[in-house]
Amino acid sequence: MPFEGKPAPVLSALGLRLAYDGRVVVDGLDLTVPPGAITAIVGANACGKSTLLRALARLLTPADGAVLLDGGDIRAVPTRELARRLGILPQSPIAPEGLTVGDLVGRGRSPHQTWWRQWSAADERAVKGALAATGLTDLADRPVDELSGGQRQRAWIAMAIAQETSVLLLDEPTTYLDLAHQIDVLDLVIDLNRAEGRTVVMVLHDLNHACRYADHMVAMKAGRIIAQGPPGEIVDAALVTEVFGLHCEVTPDPVTGTPMIVPIGRHHTPKPPTHQASAHPPGHPDPPS
Amino acid sequence: MAKPLPAPRAAIPFRLAFPPVSGVLRPRLVAVCLLLAALAAGAFCVGLTLGDVPVPVADVVAALTGQADGGTRFVVVELRLPRALTAVLVGVAFGVAGAMFQTMTRNPLASPDMIGITQGASTAVVAGIVLFQAGGAALQVLGVAGAVATAALIYTLGWRRGTTGYRMILIGIGLSWICTSATDFLLAHGSRFEAQAATGWLVGNLNGRTYDHVVPLALCVALLVPAALLLGRLTRTLQLGDDVALGLGTPVQRVRLALLATAVGLVAFGTAAAGPVAFVALAAPQIAQRLAGTAWPPPATSALTGALMVLAADLAARRVLPGVELPVGVVSGALGAPVLLWLLVRANRAGSGG
Repeated sequence: MPFEGKPAPVLSALGLRLAYDGRVVVDGLDLTVPPGAITAIVGANACGKSTLLRALARLLTPADGAVLLDGGDIRAVPTRELARRLGILPQSPIAPEGLTVGDLVGRGRSPHQTWWRQWSAADERAVKGALAATGLTDLADRPVDELSGGQRQRAWIAMAIAQETSVLLLDEPTTYLDLAHQIDVLDLVIDLNRAEGRTVVMVLHDLNHACRYADHMVAMKAGRIIAQGPPGEIVDAALVTEVFGLHCEVTPDPVTGTPMIVPIGRHHTPKPPTHQASAHPPGHPDPPS
Repeated sequence: MAKPLPAPRAAIPFRLAFPPVSGVLRPRLVAVCLLLAALAAGAFCVGLTLGDVPVPVADVVAALTGQADGGTRFVVVELRLPRALTAVLVGVAFGVAGAMFQTMTRNPLASPDMIGITQGASTAVVAGIVLFQAGGAALQVLGVAGAVATAALIYTLGWRRGTTGYRMILIGIGLSWICTSATDFLLAHGSRFEAQAATGWLVGNLNGRTYDHVVPLALCVALLVPAALLLGRLTRTLQLGDDVALGLGTPVQRVRLALLATAVGLVAFGTAAAGPVAFVALAAPQIAQRLAGTAWPPPATSALTGALMVLAADLAARRVLPGVELPVGVVSGALGAPVLLWLLVRANRAGSGG
């Protein structure tokens, strides 16, 4: 990997104000993404989490404040150079009909290519590596639109892997996938982070997945960060109620021990607590199971 | 037992040590290009032999190399060659421009004759004919100006912190209808003679082309087609959507403006030289894409397909009805549409939708 051995870059936001057509979505937000870790941004619909991710990837220009990569404003970095350091996979991208998996993953090499050098040895190595990492080597000649939803999402992630950036931003990478394929994609994210030390930031809808797969969780509500830290330290019923407006119980995940959210809903009442109550103070770590 | 042939590779990478050039070769694309070029060259030569005075191929060659008698030389070099050259250049210009519009907007319907560029040129030219009795070079200038003005309007009206392909198409369709109405009004307003002259131009016409038509278009094609081919590398990320392209380091807005400027230049000069030859800009890239088996309209293949379409349409226009020379635009649509429909139907049957 080209970034192996280098210190992981630090991505941060400073006094960020994000707006669409004058409608402020995020205001005065500060965030430092832990380098070399997996960060999950969670929150209710329209809380500004995808907007924040778009700004971190400079797809959206802040109305005020700045996104910094290793201390420098990303707007000062040339587009191509930034694309060699930071990759973004937007939500549900669409490939042109008939485009093969190999061609799609090859597109990930664009920021490394020039007019005359369109398929270097490094390009070939990166694409082969990305196909192997996502288990798509045998499907390289198949059109992307003929794949299953899970395979398709892996193909897009393979494109982002081939880009060989040390920071990877994923906007709801598990949307529209069935549960098995969601876990498949999230396991892949862990692989990317563990094997190559990539910094990963992803927006996730499923709070339980975020608790299990993130090293660092950022919970947002109405454009502000309500809490952040390791899921085991910040997630409890009070936080879920505050962020999602959901009445629930939080219990340790029987597999990983990370917090697991069990919604209650209007038609059920919690059984007598076995190990913990639904309400305990925010910021307080969950009792070990 | 015969050993089964290995499946043909869709893309073969190549890498040279010196000069340090590397890329991907697509054998099917190259083969299709060679075939189209050969067919176009054939149609070009046949076009030079046919006419009121048939000239055998040997005499055509002699005339082109300056060894024929004065009469033959005049017929071939002064009458037929400019017509054939205009056909090739218009086909190339429309084919490439169509491919660029379709790639830029990610929409196969976004050709310059669907989003108002051609209509803008038409309105300007018809206004020139009807209101000012303009002719000759003035019409070419008006055609270029009309196309460029419409494109500028599409771009500025579509601008909201950047443009998107979708917005450009919708605004273009709106402008297209405004221009069509204006053209119809001018035709109704003009005298019968002027209206007839304007209609002759409006359908796309290669009759009576001279080097005055060839030279400006040739210069435009020589300049803008290489630019279009160079921009092709950047459009590969654009095909994946604006956000993905930007994430892959493509300056989306600048690339889109460069594509628009290049494509509009080609359409403007092509339309100025031969009028809006129907359907070529829309169909040539789509036919080329299906022939080459790519997921995007390949620019060079589109250029050759466009050239072949216009040359073949012109041959048919001159030969199909004895004694009558139809305008090429009448035939290009009638000839191109069945080809495209056949390719689409075949693709549907094969299970991979058009």
